Amino acid sequence: MLRTFRIGGIHPPENKLSAGKKITTLAAPKQVIIPLGQHIGAPAVAVVKKGDTVKVGTLLAKAGGFVSANIHSSVSGKVNKIDNALDASGYRRPAIYIDVEGDDWEESIDRNETLVKDCKLSSKEIVDKIAAAGVVGLGGATFPTQVKLTPPPGNKAEIVIINAVECEPYLTSDHSLMMEKGEQILVGVTLLMKAVNVSKAIIGIENNKPDAIAHLQKLAANFNGIEIMPLKVQYPQGGEKQLIDAVIRRQVKSGALPISAGAVVQNVGTAYAVYEAVQKNKPLFERVVTVTGKGVANPSNLLVRIGTPIQELINAAGGIPENTGKIIGGGPMMGKALISAEVPVTKGSSGVLIMNKEESVRKPMRDCIRCAKCVSVCPMGLNPTLLMNSTEFTNWELAEKNYITDCIECGSCSYTCPANRPLLDYIRLGKGKVMGIIRARKS
Amino acid sequence: MILIAVISLGVIGAIGALLLYAASKKFEVYEDPRIAQVQEALPGANCGGCGYPGCSGFAGACVKADTLDGLLCPVGGAPTMAKVASILGKEAASAEPMVAVVRCNGTCSVRPRNNQYDGSQSCAIASTLYGGETGCSFGCLGYGDCVNVCTFDAIHINIETGLPEVDEEKCTSCGACVKACPKNIIELRKKGPKSRRIYVSCVNKDKGAVARKACTNACIGCGKCEKECPFEAITVTNNLAYIDYTKCRLCRKCVAVCPTGAIHELNFPPRKEAATDTKTGADKPTPAPKTEKTPVTKEVAAPQEKVKEKTN
Amino acid sequence: MENKLYVSPSPHIHGGDSISKNMYGVLIALIPAFLVSLYFFGLGALIVTVTSVVSCLVFEYLIQKFLMKKEATLYDGSAILTGVLLAFNLPSNLPVWIIVIGALAAIGIGKMSFGGLGNNIFNPALVGRVFLLISFPAQMTTWPVTGELPMTYTDAQTGATVLSLMNEGITQLPSYGNMLLGNMGGSLGEVSAVALILGLIYMLWKKIITWHIPVSILATVFVFTGIMYLVNPLQYANPFVHLLSGGLLLGSIFMATDYVTSPMSKNGMLVYGVGIGILTTVIRLFGSYPEGMSFAILIMNAFTPLINSYIKPKHFGGK
Repeated sequence: MLRTFRIGGIHPPENKLSAGKKITTLAAPKQVIIPLGQHIGAPAVAVVKKGDTVKVGTLLAKAGGFVSANIHSSVSGKVNKIDNALDASGYRRPAIYIDVEGDDWEESIDRNETLVKDCKLSSKEIVDKIAAAGVVGLGGATFPTQVKLTPPPGNKAEIVIINAVECEPYLTSDHSLMMEKGEQILVGVTLLMKAVNVSKAIIGIENNKPDAIAHLQKLAANFNGIEIMPLKVQYPQGGEKQLIDAVIRRQVKSGALPISAGAVVQNVGTAYAVYEAVQKNKPLFERVVTVTGKGVANPSNLLVRIGTPIQELINAAGGIPENTGKIIGGGPMMGKALISAEVPVTKGSSGVLIMNKEESVRKPMRDCIRCAKCVSVCPMGLNPTLLMNSTEFTNWELAEKNYITDCIECGSCSYTCPANRPLLDYIRLGKGKVMGIIRARKS
Repeated sequence: MILIAVISLGVIGAIGALLLYAASKKFEVYEDPRIAQVQEALPGANCGGCGYPGCSGFAGACVKADTLDGLLCPVGGAPTMAKVASILGKEAASAEPMVAVVRCNGTCSVRPRNNQYDGSQSCAIASTLYGGETGCSFGCLGYGDCVNVCTFDAIHINIETGLPEVDEEKCTSCGACVKACPKNIIELRKKGPKSRRIYVSCVNKDKGAVARKACTNACIGCGKCEKECPFEAITVTNNLAYIDYTKCRLCRKCVAVCPTGAIHELNFPPRKEAATDTKTGADKPTPAPKTEKTPVTKEVAAPQEKVKEKTN
Repeated sequence: MENKLYVSPSPHIHGGDSISKNMYGVLIALIPAFLVSLYFFGLGALIVTVTSVVSCLVFEYLIQKFLMKKEATLYDGSAILTGVLLAFNLPSNLPVWIIVIGALAAIGIGKMSFGGLGNNIFNPALVGRVFLLISFPAQMTTWPVTGELPMTYTDAQTGATVLSLMNEGITQLPSYGNMLLGNMGGSLGEVSAVALILGLIYMLWKKIITWHIPVSILATVFVFTGIMYLVNPLQYANPFVHLLSGGLLLGSIFMATDYVTSPMSKNGMLVYGVGIGILTTVIRLFGSYPEGMSFAILIMNAFTPLINSYIKPKHFGGK
C-alpha cells in the first residue's frame, strides 16, 4: 500500500505529454529581461548599471533583505537599461535588460560535466554558497533556499524531504531532470543533509514515474541515508505540508512552519541547483521548463536561461498553436495565466502550458447545492464553500475561525465543484484580507 | 368544563407573564437613553460610512465622545450633526459637503483591451490576480465593486465607457466605494460651489510614454498643468498630477493645457462664457483648446452631465 | 478581438462534474426500484410517477419563469428527481389531482420559496409527501396489494403494509424473501430492498454520495430495534424486519442523502444519520404513525445548519 497524504485530494488527468522527452538546451535569445523580484520576499537591489558589460554568471543584483535572493546574469553582453518591465501579472516591475553578445562565462564556474561527489565544506559554508548563488525553491514557490536551511532558534531539523512528486498535471521538468541528472541530484541532497546536519533524506516520487523511481533507487545505493519513497498519485502531494504528511506521517500544526515537524522540504530541482552552486560554483541562471499543451506540436523539456521571453520557448516547441485561449506559467492547477507571451522566464517558471479556447473558458456558475464535495477534497480539511460565503459577505471573523489562512490555494475545491463555483477566487481574496487583519492586530 | 379550561389557560398565561417579567428584570441592560434619541436623528442607512458599525454604533460613539470632532455622519451631513449636537448639548463640527469622484477616464475606446478576464466578476479578485485587461495596471477594472457596496444607488457603470459614474444628487460621500475600490481610484473631494469641480481623472503612475500607449487619456506627468496653475494647487509626483482641492480656485487653466484631456471639469457652463464665470476673475479667456484630444474630454464629460440632468 | 488571451485565477482546469451529472446519476440509481414497482404495481406505478415528474417540471418552470423571473433550469435534473422521489413515496393508487397538489407543495413550498435548488432547508420531495400525508391521511395510508403487472390504478385492491401490521400487533408478516424483492404493500418505490441497495452501490461507485449517511441510519435503526427486540420479543419486531420494511431504505439511501439538506462534514453526516435512525425508531415503536422515516428526515434537516456550525471537517494538523 503506497503512502499519500491523509486528508482530501483529487486526481486530475495527468496529461504528461512531454514525459520521456530529453532535456534540450535553448540558445540564449537576443535580449533577456531579468526581473529583480523573482522570489518571495524583498526584491534584489541592482549592482550593475546601464552600459556595464556582464558575463554569464555575473552578479546583477544583491539580496535586498534576509528573505531575498541574489540574481545573476544568464547571458553575456551589455546592460541595455534598468527599467520597469511587464511581469506575468500585467504590473510593471523593475528589471534588467541585457543585450546578448557571445556566450562568455565567468571563469569561476566549473563547466566540466564530470560528477564532483566530495565536499569538504562545513554546513555554514554550504549555506553561504547556496545564498551567494541565489538558489530559491524551484517548485514554484521561489522561497529563498538559504532561509529554509537556517531553522529558527528552538527548531531542529531531523530529516530532509525531497519533493519529486511533480503532482501538477502536464509538467515533466522535474521528471526529466531526475532521469538525466540523477547522480547530481543525489549529491545535492547529500549537501542539503549536511547543511542542516541530518543523516536521513527521503525523496518522495509519485508512482506515475516508475522509471525515475527505479533509476534513483539504483543510484541511491551508493549514497548514505537517502531513501526513495514511491507515493500514490494524488494532487496536491507537492504541497509542503501534504508531502510531510505523506512521507513521515506528521501533520504540521495550523500556522506552524514545516520545521516544527522536524522536516526540511526541498524541491528536486532545488537539489540540483544546490549541487551546481556548491560543487560547480554555478549560480542559478538557467532552469528546466516544460513547454506543453494539447495543441503544442512538440511538447518538450527545455533548459532555458532566466530572462528568455516565453515566446521563444513556445517557438522552440513548435510555435503557438491556432485557437490558443490561454497561456499558463506553471501547471494548470496552480499556474498563473499570462497576459502575453512576451514576459520572461523567471526562477519560478516550471512550465508553460498552452490551452485552447474551449479549455480556457469557465462554465457558468450555479448556486451552491451543498454537496460537500469541496469539503471532502480539501487537503487542509477546510470547508471551502463556507469560506467563500464568508468572503462574499465580508465576515472575516467567521473566515478566520474556520482557518481560511491555512488554505494552500491548491484549487482542488474549484476543480471539483459541480456548480462551477469559483471557490478559490474568493478564498484567496479572503485569505489575503484575513492575513492583513491578523498582521494589523499583531502590530 | 369551560371554566376549568379558562382557569387553567389563565393560570398558564399568568405564570408566563411573571416569568417574562422576571427575565426582563434580571437580564436588563442599561442603555443611555440619549443613544436612542441620537439614533432617531440619524438617517438609519447603516452604511458604515462614519466608520462605526451601523447607526446605533455611531450613536453610541457620539454619546460617549467628549466632543463631536471627527465624528461625522456623511449621509446626513451638517444638518444631522447639528441635530445630534443639540441633543447632546455639544458643539457640532462643521464639514464641507463632499462627493465621490472617479479618477479614471480610460474608456473602452481610448484604452484598448489586450486580454480577456474570465474569473469572478469582482474588482477585488481581479486585482489580486493581475493588473487588468488593459495596458494600464492602475485604471478602473470595471467589474463594479463600487456599485455593489453603494447603499444609495449613487454609482453605476456606464456601459458605453465601462467606467463607473457618480450620481452627485444621490451620493452621500459615505466613502464605501472609496474603500471598496482595490485600485484606489475613487476619492472623496470637496463638492465645490454649484458642484463645480476640477480633478485629474487618472491615477496612472507609469512613465508618460508607457501610460500614453496604454491609454490615450492618461495623465503623462508632463507638468504643464503644474506650471500653469496660479495657485500651486497642482503637484506632479511619480508621473502623475494631483489637484489639491483645498487650494484649487476653479480657474480651469489646467484643463485647457492638458494635452491628453486627463483633467476634467464638472458642471461648468460651456467654455465660451468662461471668462465671466471663473471666481478668480481670470483676466483673459483661456485660449481655445488647441489639441486634437480636447473633443475626447468633452465626450467623456458630456454623459456625466446628461446622467445628472436625467435624475434631476 | 480574436487573439486576446484569457486570464483567470487558477485552477485552470475543471473536473467536469456538474449538478446535472449528479442528479441524473441518482436517477439512474433509482431505475431498479422503478422497474420493481412497475412489476408489482403495474399501471398505477407508471401513472403516479409520470404525473409527479411532469407536474414537478411544470411547477418548476412556471415558478422560475414567472415568479422568480430567472432562467429556468429544467435540464439539471433536480426537478425530475424531486418528482420521482415524491412518486416513490406515494401509494400507487393515489388520484392524479392529489399528486399534483403534492408536487406543488414539493416544488413551491419545499424548494422555490427558499430560492431554488441549493437554498432549501427541507428535502422538497418529503415536504410534498408529508403535506399530502397530513392533508389526505386516508388516501395516503391505503396501499394496493402487489400483483404481477396489474393494470389497475385507483381501483386497485388495497391491503396493509408491514409496519401497519406491526403497529396493530398482527404478527402475520410477509417472508424475508418477499420483503427483499418487494412483494409487499407499501409506497411504490420503497418496497424492494434489493433494488434500492443496487442503487446505493451504484451511487457509491460513482461517488455521488458517501457511505456515511445511509450506513449510520441503518446501523442505528438496527441496533435500537435490536435492543428492543431483545428486551421484549413479543411486543417488538426483530431488527431485520425493521430494516426491510417501510421507507427506511428508500429514505436512508435517496432522501436523507440529499446534498442540499444534509450536513457537509463526514462526522456531521454520522451525527445526522444517527439522529434520523433514533427518531425513526422512536416514531415507529412508540408513535401513533406506523412510519417515521419522513418525519425523522425532515426534523434532522432542520438540525443540519446547527450540525454544520458545530461539527467541522477534520482539520489538517488539528488535534
